[in-house]
Amino acid sequence: MSVAAEVAQVAQSAIDDFNAAYGLCLDDDRLEQWPTLFVDDCLYQVIARENVDNGLPAAVMYCDSKGMLADRVVALRKANVFPEHFNRHLIGRAVITGAEGNQVSAEASYVVFQTRNDGETRIYNAGKYVDWFDLSGGTVRLKSRTCIYDTLRIATLLATPI
Amino acid sequence: MNAETMPVAAGSEPTAVDYAVYHSQAIFTAEQENIFRGQTWCYLGLEAELANSGDFRSTHVGNTPVVVTRATDGTIHAWVNRCAHKGATVCRSLRGNQADGAFVCVYHQWAYDATGALVGVPFRRGLKGVGGYSKEFNMAEHSLERLRVETFGGLVFGTFNPTIAPLDDFLGPVMRKYIQRVFQRPVKVLGYARQFMAGNWKLYSENSRDSYHGGLLHLFYPTFGIYRQSQESAGLVSDEGYHTVFTVSKPKGDVDYGSFGDEANREMQGEAKLQDERLLAFRPEIADDVGLHIQSIFPSVVVQQIQNTLATRQIVPHGTDKTELVWTYFGYADDDDETTRHRLRNLNLVGPSGLISMEDGEAVELCQQGTIGAEGKRSFVEMGGDDVRPSYAPMGMDENSVRGFWKGYLGLMGNALADLAAEGRA
Repeated sequence: MSVAAEVAQVAQSAIDDFNAAYGLCLDDDRLEQWPTLFVDDCLYQVIARENVDNGLPAAVMYCDSKGMLADRVVALRKANVFPEHFNRHLIGRAVITGAEGNQVSAEASYVVFQTRNDGETRIYNAGKYVDWFDLSGGTVRLKSRTCIYDTLRIATLLATPI
Repeated sequence: MNAETMPVAAGSEPTAVDYAVYHSQAIFTAEQENIFRGQTWCYLGLEAELANSGDFRSTHVGNTPVVVTRATDGTIHAWVNRCAHKGATVCRSLRGNQADGAFVCVYHQWAYDATGALVGVPFRRGLKGVGGYSKEFNMAEHSLERLRVETFGGLVFGTFNPTIAPLDDFLGPVMRKYIQRVFQRPVKVLGYARQFMAGNWKLYSENSRDSYHGGLLHLFYPTFGIYRQSQESAGLVSDEGYHTVFTVSKPKGDVDYGSFGDEANREMQGEAKLQDERLLAFRPEIADDVGLHIQSIFPSVVVQQIQNTLATRQIVPHGTDKTELVWTYFGYADDDDETTRHRLRNLNLVGPSGLISMEDGEAVELCQQGTIGAEGKRSFVEMGGDDVRPSYAPMGMDENSVRGFWKGYLGLMGNALADLAAEGRA
């Protein structure tokens, strides 16, 4: 087994644990903690599958620094107006796709259900995460997360992160 | 019929519109005929989306599915996406390239060329003398329903109306000038976002023409201490009231537009501070100081430049309370990779997740929900006057362009609303 493959094997459970915690962090409305799940020099994108499939780069969220993630959280707390809602992430088991040094790439399917004040729970956003994780220093953090959403029709607006 | 029993919408004025217009199915149906299939040119897409012969894009005019194509001879065409045989959807993809120029209905394989002409019918003469169509069957009589197509500045428009004046006249000189401002050089598409609002299409049309709400609903700038009171702004309205363009320029003088932190109005200084100001960085790339250009072309498209974001927003009415907004983001064809990354960062500001504007989707739905059961009651659109002026500057303390929209709308719909009222239907 190659070194990279061994790293990947060790990473599997760490990444699955990370993803479960990531989903609960957002769904429990601990948004201020969300940027801490990324390295400083990170990339977070939410992008339509139709763009990815056609080689088009435009994303609805494109944050290429941890500061930009934090700015988005402050905006959500203080400035933005959006329907009151709860989100619920279901994240599938990650598939490790590669490894370089202390970094591992992985993909995982997700579904976000959303419940608004009318009480109905709707499928709000389905897609997959395409990630690079940084495993250095004994912690798991995101170097990059690209949320590629199948649900091309965004209901009303997309405020809280996926 | 006296005023008390008169069923409403017919009495609407640009300053006071009956809430029935957002909810009535009869009015929605009449709009398809009088507006989207009437004396208007409707946005179909960008020429840049049809760069090569065979390229096509599925789109809508009102709620009618339409396909816009570039034929093998380079000309642009548009046709209703409905097979002339049984009415099936012919083109089932959002976009693509049909290299052989043939669009084939999967149901019975009737084939059309990019212009919408019927070019093939399987077993037209039957098989071994059995079946088939009569000798009188004429393929030329069974083409797809075609629209007239014209382009301006890189935008493609179509109309069902055989008598309407050319697109240039519909847009008028002021709107043409501002379209040319954004489409100053060739563009390339950066991607799409589609947003579905549980509200009437006119609520979004009003929203994009409503300068009054800007600094009140959208609190991103003041929250981060960015409130540029000294900016120069103007709202221009076309003759019929249909179209509007808003512009906001940096003040004449020495303010550094590159640093919003420095520019913030101290009285409005918010407590929060942006950690990464690249989000907002503006690199003037047109020979003027305009940092915001929002142009609403009646009835169904908004053209925008906000900071370095460039986009069209196509309004697709799917039902009285179902409106799709298709964002097409673009840059200039000669952008380098770094410029594209800068645009992607700026795009955080706009669209369904736009930090400075996501609230618009919520405002549309709030107005839809709030006016349920309010037929016969009217809105109050008198901010900044009760007339429609060709120019309002500075803008922001007025609803001049919203009144313009209703003036244009009621001009096209007036008789239809009166007929519906007389029938007691709306």
